Order: sequence, then C-alpha cells, then structure tokens
Amino acid sequence: MSKTDLNHSNKKTINTQDRRKFLQKSVLAAMATVLGADIVHASSMPEGYIPLALPADFDPMKGKSKGMIVRNEKPWNVEPTPDLLNDAVTPFASIFIRNNGLIPEDVDVNDWTLTIGGESVTQEKTYTLEELKKKFKSYSYQLTLECGGNGRAGFYPPASGNQWEEGAVYCSEWTGVRLKDVLADVGIKSDAVYIGYYGKDKHLNGDPTKVVISRGAPIAKAMQDETLLAWKLNGEDIPLQHGYPLRMVCGGWPASVSGKWLHKLVVRNQVHDGPKMMGDAYRVPKYPVAPGQEVPEEDMKIIESMPVKSLITYPKSGAMFDKSKTLHVQGQAWAGEQEVREMQVTIDFGATWQKCSLKKPANRLAWQQWSIDLNFPQAGYYEIWAKATDDQGISQPMVMPGWNPKGYLNNACHRIAVKVS
Amino acid sequence: MNNSAKNKSTRPKKETLQLFNVLIKSTIGILVLVVLLVGLVLAIVFQPEISALQSADATEAGESVASQEEPLDQLVDGKDVATGLIAGEGLELVKASCTACHSSALILQNRFTREGWHSKIVWMQETQGLWDLGDNESKILDYLAEHYAPEEAHGRRAPLSNIDWYELKD
Repeated sequence: MSKTDLNHSNKKTINTQDRRKFLQKSVLAAMATVLGADIVHASSMPEGYIPLALPADFDPMKGKSKGMIVRNEKPWNVEPTPDLLNDAVTPFASIFIRNNGLIPEDVDVNDWTLTIGGESVTQEKTYTLEELKKKFKSYSYQLTLECGGNGRAGFYPPASGNQWEEGAVYCSEWTGVRLKDVLADVGIKSDAVYIGYYGKDKHLNGDPTKVVISRGAPIAKAMQDETLLAWKLNGEDIPLQHGYPLRMVCGGWPASVSGKWLHKLVVRNQVHDGPKMMGDAYRVPKYPVAPGQEVPEEDMKIIESMPVKSLITYPKSGAMFDKSKTLHVQGQAWAGEQEVREMQVTIDFGATWQKCSLKKPANRLAWQQWSIDLNFPQAGYYEIWAKATDDQGISQPMVMPGWNPKGYLNNACHRIAVKVS
Repeated sequence: MNNSAKNKSTRPKKETLQLFNVLIKSTIGILVLVVLLVGLVLAIVFQPEISALQSADATEAGESVASQEEPLDQLVDGKDVATGLIAGEGLELVKASCTACHSSALILQNRFTREGWHSKIVWMQETQGLWDLGDNESKILDYLAEHYAPEEAHGRRAPLSNIDWYELKD
C-alpha cells in the first residue's frame, strides 16, 4: 500500500511518513519493553531502520495454509482447522506452530553443533551436524506430535494459555539419527534417569541468558527406536519455525518434549528441572479434581504419553448435502504410546455407534487413517461424533475429560455439524 | 409542593399579582389532591376487584404485608432476605410488581435476556392479569436483565457454534 501511496500525492506521502514514524516508535517501544530498557538514541535512529534484534525478516506464516488460525503472534502460536489435517503425512503448510519464546533468526547451520553432557554422561561430547549425519545410521518415522494443551478452549472454568481448539496436532515424517545410538557413542552412566534439551530460541523478555523452555523425557523414552535427533521434516530441511536445523523428536508425547533448535542435551541423574518442567507446566493433578479446584504443586505430575484421540478431517464441519448422498467421512486417530484399535462414529449423539475401517499406523507412534460411509435416515441437522479406542480398551470421552488447572489433555470426541436436505 | 418553582417560572412584575396567582394555584392544587385521595379511598372500599391481584388471598395479604415489615430491605450477602433476589436498583419495584403474585423462585430459577424477560411480562399481562407496569416496566427489565441474564454456556460440551455452512460437492 505504501509504495503506491508514495507515488500518488504529497498528502499521502506525508501520511505514510507519519505512519512510518509511528510504526518505528511503536516498534522501538515494543523493543524497549522486550529488552527491559529504553533504547538509547532511539530518536536519532535513521527513519525506517529496524534494529537487528527484531525478527523482521522471518515470516512464520509464509507457506502456511490460509485456514490457519493465529492464536498469538508473540510468541507465535498458530493452528490449522481439522479439515487441513486430512493428509496421512501432514504437509508443512498445515503444521501448527507453538512457541514459548522467540524464533531464533541467527541460525548458522555450518557452525551448528550438538553438545551432550550432564551429570550422567561418562564424558561430555560435541558433534557437528555433519558428524551426526555421517557417523550414525539415519532413520525416518512418521511421528504424531500433539501440543499438551490442544483442546484447552473446551475447559470450564477456562484455563489460561493459548486457547487451542482441535488443530495443535500433526503427523509428519522425520529423518535423523536415533538418540540411543548417539547416547551409546557418548557413554552414559547407570544412574541416568532423564534427558533434557536446550534450544536456541530467545526469551520474550530479551534476556539472552534466560532459557525459554528446557524439557525432556525419562531415559526409557530417549532409548526408544523412534526417538530421533532429526534434521529433515518430510524429506526437506526442517523449516525454521519447526526447529531448524536440529530437533529432538519424541512421538506420542506432548510436543514440547520435542526440543527445537537443539544444540545441547543433558543426561540427568534426576528428573530434569529445566524451565517448563516444574510447577504446573505440562503437568496434571495426580488425582481427579473438581473443576476450578486449586491443586498444590507437589500434587501435579508430568504428562508423559498423550491420550487416545481422533479427528474428523473430511468433510469440513458445515457440509450441506442431499439425503440421497452417501457421505464419505474420514479422519485421523492416535493414542500416544499406544495404537488405536477401534474407531467409531455416531450420528445420533451416541445412541448408536457405527464401526469405521481403520488403517494400521505407518510405524509405531504414527497416527492412523479411518473412514466410513454414512447414510442419513431423514433430512435435518446432524452432528457426526468420532470416538477412538486404544489397544488398552480406553476410549475418548464424549464429554470433557477431567478438568485440570492448565487445561491439558482434552481428548473429548471431535464432532462436526452437517445438514441433510 | 412546587410553589418555589412556580414563583421562579412566572416572575410577575407586581407583588400583588404574584400573591394572587400563588393563592389561586395553591387552592386548585389542594382541591385536586383532596379529590384524588377521596376517589382512591372510595375505589378501594367499593371496588376491591381493582386490587384483585394483590388481594387474591385477602386474608393472608395483611399478614404477609405485616410480616414483611420487619425484614424489609434487609440484605444479607447482597441478597434480599425475604425473596433471595439480588440487591440492586429496581429490587423494590420487582418485589412490588412480581412477588406480589408469585414467589421469587420463578425469577431465581430462570435466566433470560431483556427480551426474554419482556416476553414473560407480556405473557403475564395477556394471560395472568398482570397490570400495565407503566414507566416501571423498563426499570424492572433493567434489573432482571442485569441480575438474571443467561450465563455463559459451560456444560461438559458447549453447542457447536460458528458453523460455516456450505454446499458439499464431491
């Protein structure tokens, strides 16, 4: 807009300049807030100059589907609508973005190293990316990553945080080396109980020494075949907002366990205590609580495997069609560490259930495709509800699952509305 | 009652004229008041059906009025003790207009928008003998809409909303 305005009239030029000044001031004010200090000489900065500390060049929405819902721009938190997750392997365009801090923009892939240390390594060791790729055998897995807070919007009393609806989940193909192979090369002590990651993301408050998020997993999870140190997503370099150039990927667990921009791993002789491991972050009560109940910190436990869940990815909610039509319905189902054993849908609010056809997962921890053809007895408004059952016999609840203070683990049945005429 | 206002507004030039006017108007005003009062007393005495709604239970009416004298306006935890209604502007009007006929529970257990409450009033006027509430109607609706509005849906699953309807084409 500003370019054409500038060419058109003086008045508009002035307006544009005013706007630029205003924008520059706003940006500087925002920066000052972030940095926790006034920017000296801000008034003498050249017009249009944007300090390097700001993520001015990188647009995390570039290449993303139009239907993505931006929950937050600072930090970036974006989710697709369920119909965008219809592919067996989620394309980059539909992958949700969840950040606790700022996306690092100063990634130098040539200088990138991974250091593995901590109390429980026999010796600290550092690898370059090239060394990782050459020294160890690489594997590819389709891995389901779901935000622990996916579905938070459904809880009442409302839980604070990004009000995710259904879309903070995906299953893409990751390529990298097995963490267990690397840990074997490093050498870990018998007292190792947990691993923790450190990434290069930057804290919202601008303090470069402050760690944004440093979570992890028990050593048993780290030793699984599918736990990768990955550099490729769907066969290409991992996009920056998803962890370029290196990410630890732990399928089936809250996606926050899969550390982005990975440059350090620690092998701990205790449960990792990095930021977002403690307090009520990614934790739920050890026992069922009443909605709104206060829960002491010591009564909260770390979320591990995500619960059984499914999505209706076709058709998109709101479909209107003729009664003569047989409606093909399809979606995804997953169950954390488990496999989904059965998939059912109802068009009468659970009075009767119809069994869907269900595919096996491409590999352990990958989501599974399901489908069913539905006919409707008469014209009217219907809701299609989908319910998955895992191999332990545990199903999705139709109502909201137990309330928890931070609104995690909402695996209530997904549903869509359709109208038959 | 409004002599001072009249004085200000008329502002006659001669004092005698002013005095004359005041006397005439005061006399007329007093006469009107007396006629109204006598009429009201006569009406209540000879035509009790005018106040049929209040005296539906004529024998109990006196008792309840008497017993309400004591806790009248008594508020505990922001609620009127006699009715359980939330304290607020319009409470006395609501008590006078609504709980004269029915219990406050009819209000307490319901949640409507202003339009919803209005339709209840219309229904009561059309079928239940509720009188014209005049200027009080809007004050009563203000009170009901403020204190007994629908609460945010927070069942175990809220109804689907913002459905973007579209023709499904294969």
